[in-house]
This record gives sequence, structure tokens and C-alpha cells, in this order.
Amino acid sequence: MHINGARAVIESLKNEGVELIFGYPGGAVLTLYDEIYKTKFPHILTRHEQGAVHAADGYARATGKVGVCVATSGPGATNLITGIATANIDSIPLVCITGQVATPFIGKDSFQEADVCGITSPITKHNYLVRYAEDLPRVLKEAFFIAGTGRPGPVVIDIAKDAFAAEFDYEYPDSVNLRGYSGINIGDEKTIDSVVTALQKAKKPVIFTGGGVISSDTHKFLRKFASSMHIPVTSTLMGLGCADPDSDGYLGMAGMHGSYASNIAIMECDLLIGIGVRFDDRVTGIVNQFAPNAAIIHFDIDHAEINKNIKTELSVIGDLQWSLPLFLEKTAPYVSSIKSNCKEWYEYTIKMQKENPFTYKEDKTHILAQEAISKISDMSGPDTVAVTDVGQHQMWTAQFFKIYGPRNFITSGGLGTMGYGLPAAMGAKLGMPQKKVLLFSGDGSIMMNCQEMATLADYAIDIKIIVIHNSVLGMVTQWQRMFYGKRYSHSLFKSKADIVKIAQAMGIKGYRIEKKEDLKTGLEKIFSEHGPVLIDIVVPEVQDVLPMVPGGKRLDEMVLEGDI
Amino acid sequence: MKHALSVLVNNQPGVLLRVVGMFSRRSFNIDSLSVGITQSPEYSRITIFFSGETHIVDQLIKQLSKIPDVAAVQLHNPEDAVYRGMTLIKIKSSESNRLDILKIAELFRARVVDVQATTLIFEITGQDEKVVAFTRLLEPYGILEIIRTGQIALERGEQTITSYKEKPGFYGKNML
Repeated sequence: MHINGARAVIESLKNEGVELIFGYPGGAVLTLYDEIYKTKFPHILTRHEQGAVHAADGYARATGKVGVCVATSGPGATNLITGIATANIDSIPLVCITGQVATPFIGKDSFQEADVCGITSPITKHNYLVRYAEDLPRVLKEAFFIAGTGRPGPVVIDIAKDAFAAEFDYEYPDSVNLRGYSGINIGDEKTIDSVVTALQKAKKPVIFTGGGVISSDTHKFLRKFASSMHIPVTSTLMGLGCADPDSDGYLGMAGMHGSYASNIAIMECDLLIGIGVRFDDRVTGIVNQFAPNAAIIHFDIDHAEINKNIKTELSVIGDLQWSLPLFLEKTAPYVSSIKSNCKEWYEYTIKMQKENPFTYKEDKTHILAQEAISKISDMSGPDTVAVTDVGQHQMWTAQFFKIYGPRNFITSGGLGTMGYGLPAAMGAKLGMPQKKVLLFSGDGSIMMNCQEMATLADYAIDIKIIVIHNSVLGMVTQWQRMFYGKRYSHSLFKSKADIVKIAQAMGIKGYRIEKKEDLKTGLEKIFSEHGPVLIDIVVPEVQDVLPMVPGGKRLDEMVLEGDI
Repeated sequence: MKHALSVLVNNQPGVLLRVVGMFSRRSFNIDSLSVGITQSPEYSRITIFFSGETHIVDQLIKQLSKIPDVAAVQLHNPEDAVYRGMTLIKIKSSESNRLDILKIAELFRARVVDVQATTLIFEITGQDEKVVAFTRLLEPYGILEIIRTGQIALERGEQTITSYKEKPGFYGKNML
């Protein structure tokens, strides 16, 4: 097939099974967009490149496929940076195609030129600068392979404008040949044997699960592991949905805003089995006091995660698709003995969780965020996808919205990117049209990418946006209240932007709920409507996310209520 | 603590940036860096001498091995490896002291590579200590310029850097 580079990109996307891309055109990608036009390749035009990259990320998290976005050179590419870093730290597979100025102009400070490979090197799994059209099939094949295998991550392909235009004989390779990367992650079986031995000796084991279980689609093995052996499960923010929230031994989220039972179980356990986690500082509290009485076991695909933050006694390095089934097979003969060894502990943790659920003091006159989120959780089916932005509402959603399955909770965990939610929810809905998609946002976060409401209107993307509107930067004020003598430096919004009117101006429906008595009926009415809707729920300014483990403290030094 | 690392990489633009980025992100100062071709044209070999805490070095090695363009990483043990670097020293000299200087150079097996009426240039290779001792003896005569290449390191015996490549879970490839 004799085609130009731009068409070669489209054909390669087709070969990779890509069904939808997100993007924003511009000078350096005009040839590519011309081919998108001619081939009618499915493309969502966002209102900002940041919207495109977050949408591709939300699509990838919801579907498990590689998300694809396109941007032009210079400012188009630099607008992707936040989204690439967000995907990188949460290990989300993305292929980001950026235009670059034509080869003779590279390095001459040309119009809309930026060194995209230089800028993105520290925040990508890999990147490419393509100068010749002939290289495109190989590079695209490699990019999808690197992004989607092993520990997933974003790959940037920066393509010179003249490479889009140059014609050549296109042929898509069947396989990749990378000297420094295999994508095969079978580990050492002996490491699993030693974990089985350790588990047999344990009296107080805890499973600590993370995002790796979701990206490897191994939640079924995890659930079987926990339920068959009666081992309590706690999760990181990224791992929500791995375990069934209604199951007996599930203790909820651990960490800074984690449940009492989870944090105490981590502090008291004698064996902690981390699966697909990276022991982030938000979840460990002070690192040298994390699980102080436990032998720590770490299952992970990434060799570099072992002993990075937490020293582990045993590690099982390899794909969870390999290690977890093998582990279950090897523990099968000992299931009943493990179960009886841990009986007392299991019952103790369940009791602790029942007695200390996430809670809040109801307010007689005002709607509280926690209350609204709980109500919405009760009204939503198990197949609902909850997407969040970043801040107090994010933590409250993690605490009060029940997540029943993997890929049903989409949040910027590692980078904590405000403005992530709206475009990510958009991508999630486009990837999973059969699922109901809710976005929980705040009046701070929603403004950071509110332009994407126009995209919702353009494509009638049916998501329901719930804005928890407290007129302040909630998490910032919480920290200022607790640790900075209530000096609310630049965290209170002076003007009250009318978010409902913004929604309406962008072409989607908008409602406001202010009165407590309107909450239930208001929500019911809105959820029955078809198409994108924004609901602005007015809540009080002063409200803390609790429990909270202050920075530098142990997990059992959490504050449960009142001031610190 | 001083460390010497050899990194076998794909011979491509941009790879050095990724490798060196791992050091700058951790504020590790690179004492010496050398990049060169190997027996196979598709690979380059980077040798880096730097200082850093040992437990962070382990982490750094794992992170380096994860880079798709990195084929193998090897941490050298000074007892099992040969380190070499070359130094050029330009020194003031006159007819009256030239013979004295050349005698010192002979003791250190430094080679004269340029002679002018008022200057000499020496080339010296070998371990750090030897080069330092040589320059100290030359100081009284007036050193005009010193330039050093990055040091390179090679393990003694039959082991090569590619033997590390085949040991997953050790320093080599590729658990990601």
C-alpha cells in the first residue's frame, strides 16, 4: 500500500484495534487531520488538549485498552504534559501522538516548536521522535506494545510534519523486536513457595491491594484468595473495586483518609501482603512505622517497586496474571488450616470495621457532601462508574460511594490532578457506553477543565456531573485550618461563579440543590433525565475529611473527629 | 560513597538524556561520564562515576534497567574491575628544567605528546591516585591546563556486561 505518513498512522491505529481517538488539530498535524477526515476515523474534538489527554486516560482506565490522543506541535504538545504525568504515575496505557515542526525546521526555534521528547522523557514510559515516514509502522507497533504490556504507561510519538506528508510502501509489522524490553513478566516460582510458607505461619494476615490488581484484571483471584482463606482486605485509593465492598472481610480504604479498621489492621497485623501497590506516602503514614509488627510481602510486576518505599521480607516479581493463580493453586491444600489459624483475627477485624464505619455528623439545615454522596451511592447500581476530581470530594467519594467492581472508580491518585475528572468521565462514558457514569467534582476542580462541558454537549455524552459546591478550596482550607492557624491564604473564592449558568451556557442542563429537603427528589429527577446534566449541590464551607492521619504520623495516630 | 556503573544502551539520540535524568532527579552529582561505541554498532556503552547512598543506588539501577533503550546495567566492584581514564596536562617549561620534568614523567610513564619552547603536554592514563600524585609533583613548575576524559570501567575475567542482561531480577533486564 503506497500511502503517506498520516494515512500510515491511521492504518496503524486500525491495526491496533483503536476504535476512538481524542484530539485537537493544529498546524503540524493538518495532514493527519486530513486523513482523519478522509477515512472518517472516529475522533472526539475536545476544547483543550488537556481535555483530550485526560479523556484518553479515562477511556483507558474504564476499558483497559490503550487510550489515544492527538495534539499539534509546541503549545498543543505542552498542553498534554499534565495529562501524561497523570497517566504515568498511575500506570495508565496511553499513546500520545504529537505533531512536530518539519524536519528542516527542528532545532531552529521555529513557530510552534518545542522539544517534546526532551520535555516528556521523565514522565513517559518511552517516547519517539519520528523524522521519516518509513519508521512510522514500526514505531506505532512498538509504542502500543510498550504502553500496554508490563507495567502500563504513556508513550509519546512526536512526528515531524514532513513525515506525515511523505509517501512510502506501508506494511504493518506483526511483532516487535526490542532489545531492552521483553514485555514478558514471568517470575521465579520459588518466591511464591516462600509466601505460601509465610502465610501458613501467620496469625494476623492482611491483604493490601492496589491499582496493579485492576490493570492486570486479577480481581477475581484476589477475591477468591480473601474469601476462601478468610483474610481481611484493605485497599489503596487506586485499588478500590478490587474487593467486593459488601464482603465480610473488607475493611475499606487505608491511608491518610482511610478507615479506622484498615489502618489499625495494618498496624497490628503480623503479615501484610501487598498486591499491585507501590506503598505511596499517602497510604503508609510515616514509613518506618508502617506495619511495624508485620513481615511484608510484595507482589508486583515492577522490579523497581520492590524495596523502594517500604522494605519487604519477601517479594514476588512478575505479572499478577502469572503469580496470583499459581499462588492460589499452591495454597489450596492449606486453605482450611490458614482459615482456622486466622479465625480470631478475622473476626476481630470484621468487628472493628462494623463498629467504626466511615461516618459524619448530620447537619439539620445544610446538605453535607458526605450525605449527598452516600445518597447517590444508594441510588446507583453496581455497574456505575464513579469518576472524581481532586480534593475533599474525592476522598468523600472514596469513603462513601460503594465501588463494586474494577474499573468502576476513576481518579487521579498519584498526581492528584485537579481538572482531571470532567474529561476523564467523558472518556470513560465513550469507552463504556452501557455503564452509567457519574462525575464527582468540586467548585474548584470543575473550573479547571470546565470548557469540556461544551464537548459533552457536542457529542451528547451522557454523564451526570455532581459538583460539591462549598465555595472554598476544601482540602487546602482543611490543612490551613489544621496546620496553618486558620490563615486561609487564597483558598476562599471571592466571587461565587454560577456553575449552573456555565453548564447551561455550554449547552448542557444545569440544576442547583440548596435545601436539604430537596436533595432526594432533586437527585431522582436529575438521574431520570437523559443526556449530560450538571447538579450543583451547595454545602457548608467548613467540613473536614475524617479520619485523617496527619503527615509524618503513624497510621494509628489518626484523628477521628474534631480539631487536631 | 563512590560508585561506578556501566550502562549498555541502544545507540540512538535521546537515550543519554533519559539515563542522565535518573541521576539529576535524585541530585546525584556525576563525577565522570563517558560514552562510546562497542563491538556491536547497535549499542553504546555509558560509564558513569558518581557518589550516592547505597540503598538509593540499588533503586537507581532498577529504574535504569526499566528504560526500554537500556539493554543492561552493571555496578562495578573496584576489586573486580579495571578503571581507566586519560589526562592531558600542559605545563610551563624552559630549557633549564625540561630534563627534570621529563624524569618525573618517566617515573609515572606519562607520555610527551607536544613539546614547545616554553611548554610541554603530557598524556597519562591509569588510576586516579597516580594522576593526582603526578600533577602534585608538576605543580611547582606551573600547570597551565589539565583536562581529563571520563573514566571507563571493565570487569576482570570472562564476565561481560551482557552476562548481566540474562539475569532477570539481578541488575539486568527486564522485570517491567
